[in-house]
Amino acid sequence: MSDGVHDHDHDHSRTFQPDIEDTPYSTHQLMAEAVERLLIEKGVFTTEALRRQIEIQDSRTPSQGAALVAKAWVDPSFRQHLLDDVNAAADAVGVPAGDIPIRAVENTADLHNVIVCTLCSCYPRQLIGLPPDWYKSRAYRSRMVHEPRAVLAEFGTEIANNIEVRVHDSTADLRFIVLPMRPDGTEQMSEADLAALVSRDCMIGVSVPKGRTA
Amino acid sequence: MTSQFGEGDSVQVRLAFPPGHIRTPFYARGKPGVVESYVGNFSNPEELAFGHKDGAKLPLYRVRFRQLDLWPDYQGPEHDSAVLDLYEHWLEPLRAKS
Repeated sequence: MSDGVHDHDHDHSRTFQPDIEDTPYSTHQLMAEAVERLLIEKGVFTTEALRRQIEIQDSRTPSQGAALVAKAWVDPSFRQHLLDDVNAAADAVGVPAGDIPIRAVENTADLHNVIVCTLCSCYPRQLIGLPPDWYKSRAYRSRMVHEPRAVLAEFGTEIANNIEVRVHDSTADLRFIVLPMRPDGTEQMSEADLAALVSRDCMIGVSVPKGRTA
Repeated sequence: MTSQFGEGDSVQVRLAFPPGHIRTPFYARGKPGVVESYVGNFSNPEELAFGHKDGAKLPLYRVRFRQLDLWPDYQGPEHDSAVLDLYEHWLEPLRAKS
């Protein structure tokens, strides 16, 4: 090398970043691809329908859930509707929440909720999109249920001991979304500005919304 | 199938280890909890996993556990809890400890 700095002895022709197809093909990837091809060949669905479903799945974002949270903060009757039936409340304001029953778990001064799926990666996708990679990791799934306070602290969320930490393990047919507490000092904020305070992690329960410092 | 348990009932999870696709986590088996609510009847995932879609729907419950009951080494206050969704065939009335 002519720059005189880069004179270590590895071989640059071998240090490329692998493409995703370069990792070994697993049995399950092969099976999934085989089933997909069979379903298309047999006319169960088309490649276009499959592409569209992926596009729809990827179009869901945490902003949909955040809008529901902000509305619940400003509208007590909507908050009650959300706590009674998330799917119906969301549908009523134009957020399609699908058929899988979703429950809102509400944080209070005495209770902090957090969601996990120890068995797989169940997540309120209809309302907040696809789960982050860490949500599906073995570390999160095994540790959140066993040492939630330590994991929350790693996310920068310290919960005082006088507040109950309640972990919701999504083991069956329900999905959960955390309804966080409205931060102090936000009384004058619009619903849209409030929604901007509600991140994905606040609705998983690993974080809490922060009011803006004046 | 009508639901056998109601809100506030003390239950325990069956201490059983059958093979198959089981959605009752190992860490809850044999543990005591309290029924928080009955949420409806749903197909049994243990049958669905093997393509049997016409089986009887089972009552599903939200069951709350004390973390200290789930994990003897739990680091945290007594009131910390975990709520799991469990199908009725995994629950039995809590037996008094002898």
